[in-house]
Amino acid sequence: MTLSTAPAPLPAEPPSGCPFDPPAEYGVLRTTRPISKVGLPDGSWAWLVTRYADIRAVLGDLRFSSDTTVHGYPRSGMTGGGSTQNRGFIRMDPPEHTRLRRMVTREFMVKRVEALRPEIQRLTDELCDAMERAEGREEGGVDLVEALALPVPSLVISLLLGVPYGDHEIFQRLTGTLLSRTVTDDEREAARSELRDYLDRLVTAKEADPGDDILGRLIVEQQRTGEITHDEVAAFAALLLIAGHETTANMIGLSALTLMRDPETAERLRQDPALIRGAVEELLRFHSIIRNGPRRVATEDVEIDGHLIRAGEGVVVAVPSGNRDETVFPAPDRLDIARPNAQHHVAFGYGIHQCLGQALARVELQVVLGTLLRRFPAMRPAVPVEEIPFRTDMSIYGCHALPVTW
Amino acid sequence: MKITLDADKCCAAGQCVLIAPEVFDQRDEDGVVVLLDAEPPADQHDAVREAAAICPAAVIEVQA
Ligand code: HEM
Ligand code: SF4
Repeated sequence: MTLSTAPAPLPAEPPSGCPFDPPAEYGVLRTTRPISKVGLPDGSWAWLVTRYADIRAVLGDLRFSSDTTVHGYPRSGMTGGGSTQNRGFIRMDPPEHTRLRRMVTREFMVKRVEALRPEIQRLTDELCDAMERAEGREEGGVDLVEALALPVPSLVISLLLGVPYGDHEIFQRLTGTLLSRTVTDDEREAARSELRDYLDRLVTAKEADPGDDILGRLIVEQQRTGEITHDEVAAFAALLLIAGHETTANMIGLSALTLMRDPETAERLRQDPALIRGAVEELLRFHSIIRNGPRRVATEDVEIDGHLIRAGEGVVVAVPSGNRDETVFPAPDRLDIARPNAQHHVAFGYGIHQCLGQALARVELQVVLGTLLRRFPAMRPAVPVEEIPFRTDMSIYGCHALPVTW
Repeated sequence: MKITLDADKCCAAGQCVLIAPEVFDQRDEDGVVVLLDAEPPADQHDAVREAAAICPAAVIEVQA
């Protein structure tokens, strides 16, 4: 064993000059070593899978486990921390995963989410009204992340779950720590335990007075009938809050910036709002904000495209790489809002864990981007793009802040 | 064209409904896929094949 053979860490820096492109290492890995070793912060390693077909093969194969308690699961440096306690069904396998996921699938199905569209539009319009009144547009600009991108998903999920909106600053701070790549595993665990305490109190309050919302229904239909425990209700709350918040927020920020820098595409979307659906799929593919997984562990020896992954070995999936795979998406580095197969992207993952909130995320993005294009046709960054702080330090890519003016 | 479903595997992601809403729907209780038309007309065939290709849980099987 020599130290010099330690595998390189997960690539994080965008290529110089283009903050919208994924790390250049991925293009090289896809053609030379599509399944290669990646070093994790604690000195361990996992297999990094970079090709589209291999990514779908791994995520679609139940011999790869999402269970963080299985020996060999690559927990070091993972999104949300490696704690295995009350971990939510995202970190479980069937049959438990199926049982728990099905308790909430109806809440996020296409019809239900479509019915929320007017409410999402109303919330968005209110935030835009506030932005129009905001001071500071002349000096330094208004931060679009703070004013719109973060509050929309936060308001929507708080409403669905039945969480008091006044508490959303707690979540913003704690999810920020949970998703940072630069905090230590200990700091991340501390944030996780603080969030757990808060949610524990929230669920207790709702047990006494369950409302007509997701947590209320879980308490009445599943907890009171003995299907799940108090702690499991709290784990649902944690998962739904964390999974849908910064993901959607960062997609909003990055996509708004992309459209500000591409006036031709913006104009096409203004002329023909029916194009927004396809545009959102393409933006999901193009930005691939999930930069630190999904992760799995092999429970048996599995061969992926001739490469043997042994039982007990970890796998890290490179979503941004799969979504720029030139064998699936021709001219992958070009944003093409009419790309015919954009929806084949793996931005929401693949397999049985594919994003539960995807219909909601899509509608939020369609509404927010459509509204920005309509109401703020002259919106532009208030600083040069080199001064925008990009989240190369986070598991979810995006901008920390996005000062805009119009 | 004849469609069959292995609905036990469905994870209710709803992609099929977005792509071919005249052929697929989701059950009210749990979002699991239901077939509105097992032998859809020709103008639906491309959308159905697309849904089968995108379905994350390989639920949708299409014959000819
Ligand atoms: C653009 C925004 C979003 C992106 C890019 C995204 C991405 C993802 C990805 C890649 C996974 C798969 C994880 C894995 O395979 O281990 C996932 C799972 C999940 N997402 Fe999202 N997500 C987004 C928005 C949302 C929203 C709005 C919600 C709603 C609350 C949500 C809830 C979930 C849940 C609960 C899971 C776990 C599903 C399971 O394990 O069965 N996500 N998401
Ligand atoms: S796309 Fe597949 S998994 Fe999703 S709802 Fe349709 S059949 Fe079910």
